[in-house]
Amino acid sequence: MAKLPTPHELMASRKDFPAGSWLDVKPEFAPGSFCYPAKVETMERLHMPHPHEWDPAAEDWNLPDNWEKILCDAFEERLEKHRSLKLFMDICVRCGACADKCHFFLGTNDPKNMPVLRAELLRSLYRRDYTMLGKLLGASVGARGWDKSVVKELFYYAYQCTECRRCSLFCPYGIDTAEITAIVRELLHEVGLGTHWIMDPVKNCSFTGNHLGIQPHSFVEIVEMLADDCETITGIRPKTPFNEKGHEILFITPSGDVFADPGIYTFMGYLLLFHELDLDYTFSTYASEGGNFGSFVSFNMAKKLNAKMYAEAERLGAKWILGGECGHMWRVINQYMGTYNGPAPSCMMDVPTSPITGTRFENAASTKMVHIAEFTADLIRHNKLNLDPSRNDHIITTFHDSCNPARAMGLLEEPRYILKAVCNNFVEMPENTIREQTFCCGSGSGLNTEEIMELRMRAGMPRGNALRYVQQKYDVNHMACVCAIDRATLTPLANYWAPGVTVSGLHELVGNALVMKGEQKRTMDLRQEDLPNVDPDEPEDDAEQGEE
Amino acid sequence: MYNAKAVIVGAVIFAVLFSSPFWLNFGKDDYKRPDVVLPKNEKECVEPVEYMRAEHMALLNQWRDQALRNEKRVYVSSTGKEWTISLQNTCLKCHNDYANFCEKCHIANSVYPYCWTCHITPEGKK
Amino acid sequence: MIAALAMVALIGCIAWAGAAGGLAFLFSVVLPYVAVIIFVVGVIRRMVYWAKSPVPFRIPTTGGQEASLDFIKQEKWDCPCTKGQTVVRMLLEVLTFRSLFRNTHAEVLLNDPVNKGPRVVYYSSKWLWVFALLFHYCFLVVFIRHFRFFMDPVPGCITLIETLDGLMQVGVPRFYVSGGLLLVALLFLLTRRLVNERVRYISLLNDYFPLLLLICIVATGLCMRYFDKADIASIKVFIMGLAHLSPASTEGLPSLFVVHLTFVSVLLLYFPFSKLMHMPGIFFSPTRNVPNDTRRVRHVNPWNPPKQFFTYAEYEDEYREFMADAGLPLEKQPEKAAE
Repeated sequence: MAKLPTPHELMASRKDFPAGSWLDVKPEFAPGSFCYPAKVETMERLHMPHPHEWDPAAEDWNLPDNWEKILCDAFEERLEKHRSLKLFMDICVRCGACADKCHFFLGTNDPKNMPVLRAELLRSLYRRDYTMLGKLLGASVGARGWDKSVVKELFYYAYQCTECRRCSLFCPYGIDTAEITAIVRELLHEVGLGTHWIMDPVKNCSFTGNHLGIQPHSFVEIVEMLADDCETITGIRPKTPFNEKGHEILFITPSGDVFADPGIYTFMGYLLLFHELDLDYTFSTYASEGGNFGSFVSFNMAKKLNAKMYAEAERLGAKWILGGECGHMWRVINQYMGTYNGPAPSCMMDVPTSPITGTRFENAASTKMVHIAEFTADLIRHNKLNLDPSRNDHIITTFHDSCNPARAMGLLEEPRYILKAVCNNFVEMPENTIREQTFCCGSGSGLNTEEIMELRMRAGMPRGNALRYVQQKYDVNHMACVCAIDRATLTPLANYWAPGVTVSGLHELVGNALVMKGEQKRTMDLRQEDLPNVDPDEPEDDAEQGEE
Repeated sequence: MYNAKAVIVGAVIFAVLFSSPFWLNFGKDDYKRPDVVLPKNEKECVEPVEYMRAEHMALLNQWRDQALRNEKRVYVSSTGKEWTISLQNTCLKCHNDYANFCEKCHIANSVYPYCWTCHITPEGKK
Repeated sequence: MIAALAMVALIGCIAWAGAAGGLAFLFSVVLPYVAVIIFVVGVIRRMVYWAKSPVPFRIPTTGGQEASLDFIKQEKWDCPCTKGQTVVRMLLEVLTFRSLFRNTHAEVLLNDPVNKGPRVVYYSSKWLWVFALLFHYCFLVVFIRHFRFFMDPVPGCITLIETLDGLMQVGVPRFYVSGGLLLVALLFLLTRRLVNERVRYISLLNDYFPLLLLICIVATGLCMRYFDKADIASIKVFIMGLAHLSPASTEGLPSLFVVHLTFVSVLLLYFPFSKLMHMPGIFFSPTRNVPNDTRRVRHVNPWNPPKQFFTYAEYEDEYREFMADAGLPLEKQPEKAAE
């Protein structure tokens, strides 16, 4: 990886708008501006259309001979399948309200990263074939035909959009660039264009169960190790049920929580919480991936990867599914899962109900899948957890709303409710960067790859700046989030934009604060770092803690 | 077609709204220019009839300003004829049937001047 | 911009020349009828074109807290979960442009004293919202006011609108605030397109043309009312003739009126083929017009493809040995499977 320029250099190097019309300006495929292409064998194994060798930097992308027909037909098919696409192609008035809402645009000042222009790339093609004006007047009304350079342009900008939907919030017609980007990516896949960082995890998820392709036995081993760590810290070894039938709850979380720092600490938080509750649950090695990289490829691929959840719930006879902290996993669950793979298996209960508090999660009545933040917030509300927030006193935390839970689900208060219960020091970032207006980490939707690190730092600029602001102003040294991709991407982002801020999942902090029955005196947090102000030699005052 | 019910309702509302000028008048008698009663004794107004139709309100205003603010009581018309600037004694002298002259046309075209908030309501308005 | 200006000017000139050259019938009778038919049919056709595609997924953009636990307050209008709440959301969107109201303006500071480095600052930016709202409402008022030419007798509600619109009692004929503000709003929107670098960069002929066309419609209208006054009694006779489908003679129609009518007809003709279709389009918006209830109620996709995935049985076949070694429960033990 090339050395990154300083934040100041990075921002100062944003180029001015090019002089000519955007129709004449073509992107430059310089190293660092694109993700590596998917491997041929990966694409073949997944039965993707037209797998082939190609190099984004090369002049010729080796498209299939009839590429133009394939793309035209595929576009037509998408128009017939998605009313949204027709509508978004027709009704944009180019008011420009979306322009500076996009983190990629703010970070690059590339006009085609304005959501409106990103959509115009496709809209220009639509105009030629599907609008009277375009047919009659052509280029003068912004219509153009398919061309290999247009395909390249679509690729370039479809992978500079994280499908975060911030623009769609501000659009007076609700035009959703995520939908357009998703469809452009589908189109590109029709001619064999995909990226390695997305397709490889898709392959792994498909055939092994999780992103990294960790095989069942290794998966178990890793979780056991995390349970061992829990024991080191708390003196209690949480149970780790796998693939067991007859439990009430199937728990599914993104696999990033199992193998990637700092996600693993969040996972340990889950283990401790479930153990303390004596929850009747199981993991599954088969459905060991909540995250759905298929949703960065095509609707059908998302469906395919998602199908395992219900299949496994049915096989194991689970009553409902509890879902861990993840962004796009929850976009899929909240907006697509029921449609893709529902109705839920008949073995599941009518309305998922918390066995601890008896709360019925009516909002998940059909999907039967509850977000862990909803679950835990409900526990805290009913005083079912013994929490000692002072154990998190060494951090002053802020909360990053992940784009998907914020704008495709509306999960905003639950994580805050939990955070306030487990931390004494919580500070919000500036209001235009949180809740429904939250900024993406800049690396979502399959862009969290090393080769585009500079681009990611640019796209992460608005989030990074907001974090830096609270770091400088309120001494914030921690950022909590409810997304596995965030946990992976915010760490480099924080190192770059606000060095000194650590990133964690919500349930890591829950795990820290959770006072367990019969635990040993906690002298370190889940990262096995010493807790300040705790003298390990001082004997524990059991009685006091028990009464709490 | 999907969501046909909602779309058809929408389309019907749209079509009804935007074709309302046609069906609102459908079957009604043809509209005729309001049948104003012209002065019986006088054939000539201060200006030609086309000018008066379009500009009478402006002329009235002009007269008001000249008479009340500039104390100029004589109007020279485009034909060179001199007229006394006076609503009561010039205009209303001939146009003495308010209801069948002024008001009839005003109402037909939804014009409600505020002349009579100051001036005495002429004959025929009752 | 120049091209759009040229086009609008050309339309105006043609109409003017036509009116003067004896083609008034063509421009003020034939064209309006054709325009109205194409407008109504064209808009409905496009609506049907949209409706022919299904809404496969329910993808509302959530603008606030969803309905979840009973102690957590739901943002009913920004994240509706029932039909009624969704209707309110749509009404707010259509009547008050709620999404546009959120608009902010981001500015990148390179050396911010707090951040000791770059920082993006967000300012509330309501100008676009103000003028967009102003434009649409003034247009609506002006549109409704025109019904005095289409109806006899003129209903009281229209008179009331006229009274309110002219409440300031300035000038004769009374100055209607809506007409003036309409022009101001349009000029703002045009200026914004020209001055704001970003909007200028994305603007096409298709953006300038309707703006200029509207400006010309408003300008000719204002002109006929306040400057080169038209005899509205005669014009009403003519328009009522059109509405009765028995057009009156076009003789003596002011040229300015013919031009005004031609511009309006062109707007109607242009409407169904352009971005102006956002008017019916907003009601179709899939990120606004559905409740965020997909976990509560299953949404059905009519073209949902069959399920195809790597099943557990295949998975176990592939990893059975390892799974057995790791002590994982199995559907078939290795010995059994080998048989």
